[in-house]
Amino acid sequence: MARTLISIRNITKRFGNFAAVDDVSLEIAEGEFFALLGPSGCGKTTLLRMLAGLEMPTEGTILIDGEDMSRVPPNKRPVNMVFQSYAVFPHMSVKANVGYGLRIEKVARDEIDARVREALALVKLEGLEERKPDQLSGGQRQRVALARALVKRPRVLLLDEPLSALDAKLREQMRSELAQIQEKVGVTFVMVTHDQDEALAMATRCGVMHRGVLQQVAAPSDLYEYPNNRFVADFIGSVNLFEGRLSVDEPDRAVIETELGVAIHVDHGVTGATDATLWAAIRPEKILMTHRAEGASPPQEVNVMPGIVRHLAYLGNETLYEVEVAGARRIKVTRSNVARYEERGFSGGEPVWLSWHPRAPAVLLS
Amino acid sequence: MSRTSPPAPLDYLRRWPLRAWVAAVAFFLYAPLVTLILFSFNESRRNIVWTGFTVDWYMQVFQDDGLIEAFVNSLTIAAISTVLSVILGALVAVAVWRFRFPGKAAFEGLLALPIVVPEICMGVAMLVFFSRIMPWPADLPWPLDLGAITIAHVSFSFPFVAVIVRARLLSFNRELEEAARDLGASEWRVFLDVLVPHMRPALVAGALLAFTLSLDDFVITFFTSGPDTVTFPVKVYSMVRFSVTPEVNAASTLLILITVLLTAIGLKLQGKDIARAEGGA
Amino acid sequence: MEQDWRQSRGSFLASFGPPAFWLTLFFLVPLAIIWAYSFGRNISMTEVAVTGTLSNYARIADPVYVSIFVKSIGYAALTTLLCLIIGFPVALAITFAPSRAKAWLLLLIMLPFWTNLLVRTYALMAVLRTEGYVNTVLGWIGIGPLPLLHNNFAVVLGLVYVNLPFLVLPLYAALDRLDRSLLEASLDLGAGHLRTIREIVVPLALPGILSGLLITFIPALGSYLTPDLLGGPDSQMIANVIERNFKRANDWPFGSALSFILMYLTFFAIAAQTLLAARRRKAGGEG
Repeated sequence: MARTLISIRNITKRFGNFAAVDDVSLEIAEGEFFALLGPSGCGKTTLLRMLAGLEMPTEGTILIDGEDMSRVPPNKRPVNMVFQSYAVFPHMSVKANVGYGLRIEKVARDEIDARVREALALVKLEGLEERKPDQLSGGQRQRVALARALVKRPRVLLLDEPLSALDAKLREQMRSELAQIQEKVGVTFVMVTHDQDEALAMATRCGVMHRGVLQQVAAPSDLYEYPNNRFVADFIGSVNLFEGRLSVDEPDRAVIETELGVAIHVDHGVTGATDATLWAAIRPEKILMTHRAEGASPPQEVNVMPGIVRHLAYLGNETLYEVEVAGARRIKVTRSNVARYEERGFSGGEPVWLSWHPRAPAVLLS
Repeated sequence: MSRTSPPAPLDYLRRWPLRAWVAAVAFFLYAPLVTLILFSFNESRRNIVWTGFTVDWYMQVFQDDGLIEAFVNSLTIAAISTVLSVILGALVAVAVWRFRFPGKAAFEGLLALPIVVPEICMGVAMLVFFSRIMPWPADLPWPLDLGAITIAHVSFSFPFVAVIVRARLLSFNRELEEAARDLGASEWRVFLDVLVPHMRPALVAGALLAFTLSLDDFVITFFTSGPDTVTFPVKVYSMVRFSVTPEVNAASTLLILITVLLTAIGLKLQGKDIARAEGGA
Repeated sequence: MEQDWRQSRGSFLASFGPPAFWLTLFFLVPLAIIWAYSFGRNISMTEVAVTGTLSNYARIADPVYVSIFVKSIGYAALTTLLCLIIGFPVALAITFAPSRAKAWLLLLIMLPFWTNLLVRTYALMAVLRTEGYVNTVLGWIGIGPLPLLHNNFAVVLGLVYVNLPFLVLPLYAALDRLDRSLLEASLDLGAGHLRTIREIVVPLALPGILSGLLITFIPALGSYLTPDLLGGPDSQMIANVIERNFKRANDWPFGSALSFILMYLTFFAIAAQTLLAARRRKAGGEG
């Protein structure tokens, strides 16, 4: 069990009356790759900057390795940051950039050279020491920023939207490279991103934020399959939400009567007030779509409803369908294209059955 | 209200050393001016002790014929100079913005000269010019006798106007011009209906600048004015040379007031124009 | 984007003609005459003959005049330096102030700048003279009246007072254009504030700083009013000498030569700054 490196306790940051970060508490373990995830304006970057010391919290404390660092200036923290714009010094060469932090620590000249070379090899930029930043591509400049931060051997590396400025192919490449570098170097990474694919793919644990409040902290699979609330369920991936009331609540099963008239059966009990409104969340890939013939009976007894295909989007590896059901509601369903063609596909206007397993829905109380 | 957080690393203004420095500089800049204004209302002639509030010195200013005449001269010169400077400045800005012509780089350098050349050099050049080369007839009726000064003012003002207008022209979308031509407008109409409206904020800013430059000018006017064609700053200078008196304080305060008023109007108009431009664009 | 002038001759002549004519007749011609006069001499009280003589320029080599030029350059340089030292923290504070405060702060600094130069210099007179405010306050604590006016101290103080806003604005413009994350990165990597300013801010803002220094130096060098009103008999600057030769001594050829030396000095300063800026752009700084 890795020990806690960063302890964020009741951190609040207010700008006037507006709370950008509202009473956030969080623990990050040593060696983790932690992602702060959320839409723009949710406060994740502000929280990151408070970790770096570039903003000061209004309330609360930040402990790094047991020491209270809440008011410590950025140049005295064992933390380094890779900025969203990379912030590579334009008037210095790659070598001078990477060695800047070491020069400040008054490290000996030849040791600086050796460590700089090591850092550049780590980010695969050997041979470019003498280049100036305006002679480098965006991706290369990012690597310089990464090397510059890592060469100082910080306890924590902060990354502000590291992949947002890169094109799709480069992004994929950097995703795995960053994860590999983190494993190799063993430094705790804290990354901020609005791209949930990135967060889920790279991080060992993610914290989802919304309007300054931390919604849920969990491993990627847990966030995806066991969201805490509607916001998390909707923010991570796609989801179909059904509002309803609990009609049956037993230890091993529960039934939710939804507004659409369909009853959703789940194979576990729900801990929470029976009369309150709650939601069932079913992900598109967990809904099975089958053809519906005239007058035919549904494929299963419960967790089934009829619909008509209204729209489809072919995405190559899968197809995303929008199916209209009772109450003019549209349900999202995805089907993997397991074969290159099929005898009878689904086209617009096609009547279908939508069905799912009792283990598919997640029950949300808020 | 929650307690405020300590200053972030780059929040320089929140750190007390810098705050103190800025306050000290502000004091250094304003104290002489504020005391000057205050003591223009002081009853005592001697300026040091406050003996009572009075507007006597202002009354004296308004009754000083020499001062009034000088002030009227200044306003007249400024008005004419502004009109001519804006016209010439706008014309040359358009010419340089729009056309390619041989010697353009040299001309642009030339255009910058009046801004760069020290005022004293220009002043003496004008003195020589108007007394030897193109002597301005001595006994012309007012306002023609102010012609030499006005011409000198225009010469050093219109390049400033040109700089301002030129900066504004850079943001002009040529497609507007082309659209107007496409709809049948002649060159002149295009200029009036499309270009001038776009230039308007710059023309206003340039006009205010030209007016202030002219009203405040001392050195060049000093060399081109004569005993009968005195402007306000030149008259105040002759008063100042002799002593520090509350009457001079009053006259100076009036001058400050006018300049500040004009600048405030200018900023207001510019702000409105900018807001309109950004709202529309 | 630009049109060839021949494509629209009429418009070109209409827009180019009048300004060019004015500039030539009422600016270049007068300057040219001064230039010609600098090679002439007085034949009578009112006549100047342009003889091509270099005697006026030779006279400037006299230690009396050389010392005045040196002194003027010295004052201007000292003024510029003082303005930089005083103004840099102010520009820094304004750059990093919250946006609402920024506008007011800029207004605060620029307002005196829009006030008449004569008025500002006169205000200083009232402050510095023997019965002035400073000496009165000093008198209250028992320090005898200090000679603060009509000497070199007053001239430099006056030049700084008048030119300070001149420098703060371009300094602010240069600093404001900087990418703030570069400063944050420097701090993040362990540098203190002074080092960040020295190694990151100054090198990157240098072109703006240099042009700010230039537009402070040039007016200071050619100052007339400030040394005239605040200076003593030995605080004369170039402009005062030129004025004396034109208005009182009536030695126009000599005054013209002096004027042109001043102009050459001005152009030299501009050229130096342009060269420095170009060289920095090519070299690109530390490697």
